[in-house]
Amino acid sequence: MNVPRPGRGGSRVKESQMKILVGYKRVVDYNVRIQVKPDGSGVVTDGVKLSANPFDDIALEEALRLREKGVAEEVVVVSIGPADLTAHLRNGLAMGANRAIHVVTSDAVQPLTAARVFLKLVEKEQPGLVILGKQAIDDDANQTGQMLAALWDRPQATFASKVEIAAGKATVTREIDAGLEVIEAELPAVITTDLRLNEPRFIKLPDIMKAKSKPIDTIEFGSLGVEAHDHLKTTHYAAPAKRSKGVMVKDAAELVAALKQKGLL
Amino acid sequence: MSKVLVIAEHLGGKLNSSTARAVSAAAAVKGEAIDVLVLADSVDAIAAEAAKIDGVSRVLTVAGPENAHPLAAVLAPQIAKVATGYSHVFVPSTTFGKDVAPRVAALLGVAQVSDVMSVEGAHTFKRPIYAGNAIITVEANPAHAVVATIRSASWPAAATGASNAPVEALAPDIALPAHTRFVELKQGASDRPDLQSASKVVSGGRGVGSKENFDIIFKFADKIGAAVGASRAAVDAGYVPSDLQVGQTGKIIAPELYIAIGISGAIQHLTGIKDAGTIVAINKDSEAPIFEVADFGLVGDLFKLIPDIENAID
Repeated sequence: MNVPRPGRGGSRVKESQMKILVGYKRVVDYNVRIQVKPDGSGVVTDGVKLSANPFDDIALEEALRLREKGVAEEVVVVSIGPADLTAHLRNGLAMGANRAIHVVTSDAVQPLTAARVFLKLVEKEQPGLVILGKQAIDDDANQTGQMLAALWDRPQATFASKVEIAAGKATVTREIDAGLEVIEAELPAVITTDLRLNEPRFIKLPDIMKAKSKPIDTIEFGSLGVEAHDHLKTTHYAAPAKRSKGVMVKDAAELVAALKQKGLL
Repeated sequence: MSKVLVIAEHLGGKLNSSTARAVSAAAAVKGEAIDVLVLADSVDAIAAEAAKIDGVSRVLTVAGPENAHPLAAVLAPQIAKVATGYSHVFVPSTTFGKDVAPRVAALLGVAQVSDVMSVEGAHTFKRPIYAGNAIITVEANPAHAVVATIRSASWPAAATGASNAPVEALAPDIALPAHTRFVELKQGASDRPDLQSASKVVSGGRGVGSKENFDIIFKFADKIGAAVGASRAAVDAGYVPSDLQVGQTGKIIAPELYIAIGISGAIQHLTGIKDAGTIVAINKDSEAPIFEVADFGLVGDLFKLIPDIENAID
């Protein structure tokens, strides 16, 4: 089960026995209209629907597909957060992960700390791949995968829209500003997912029952020996400046006249 | 005093305008120096462009075949080495910067501030979270270097022309990894203006209906000299390639004129355009949320209205 960690140019990961770690963060559901608290101390999260970060659902789906293709043997979902994350992790297990790891902390976790936690788990689990969402839709930081790859000294393939695993390497198509970039990354590696990588499956009722018997390892954050850095302090939350509603024009001629008057056409 | 290192973004031997925007953010730090770092296989032309940006103190270059393509795993250790002695490292918040900057931050053991919209002080910044539905003020610990990505749409490009900063070649002596390799870049050849820096953008959404129908968007854009964008729905439906996507997870843009055609205006799309000067919405559904943010709204069938608009322009 253990995959040897190749040095540079070293031994290859055996894909058929590969383990994949998947980051599986719980966030405010993407359909919720976010409200900033009037005193600027945060956003309203009480009673708000929470669900898996959509990019993490895509990450999990990709890991499951690689396992179904015989490219990987085991898929492990990882969440860092408070004690009530169990139901969220059960969703990941119901979707198809073999087991879950819950790193328990009631504190907010910044990306560098999350990356350090993942590094500890990587050292223990020796995965051939770590797949994370490219960003979480709460803090929109887009950092953890890249930071993990740096700390682990392994390749990163961010913003993936296509992943192929063969001969000890991942060939990844990345959605970048200039178009589609293809890179090769020797395994083990970190991949972060973009929207078009796949469409995550729906969870079926029998899978929810099955998930109840799958294991969730609980690890106290404090036991990992990770320094929780506090380099960034959020001091204020504000609602964004609103664009005021403009005017409705009756036809094309009126629109063109208005734009010409503003010097835009 | 602060010293800011700005990482240049470039493609095909040309500097990307996101670099001059990051220099504007660097100037807002009000430090003693702004140096621009160019990593490329052939640096001269790019460095010469960067040297002309107002406010730049020096242009530093690292030339080599390993820097021919912007692989984060290869660039990050070089940037981290050069960053010694700087209080700030600023990188454009484009896919280039989003890829490489966190890798630099982790190598330096510091946090990163993503998508800086404003610089309130040398260590105090504003940035969006929740798809721009909240703006937070973040204070970085002055004891550490600040690594930040700069939200291009929030910053004007620093002026060019009057300056001529000195260019210095560096040769950081570090081993670079060979575990990540560039294979190819598939780019749609286009003579149209670049979506991220264009002053006018015409975008189409699901309402356009098909890949073939999207021609009407391209033709209209060409007529008014605009770049072409799209909503996620249009990209997901395969009407246009992904690099045209505007929104929370696509490109964040701030053109003077944005014309949204057949786009309903999901919050994730609005995030990408809220800094536009004037927004025009054309949609057959008068209840579409896009009209809530549009300066000018026009309800009707886009296949009739676009020819009408083209005729009215002539």
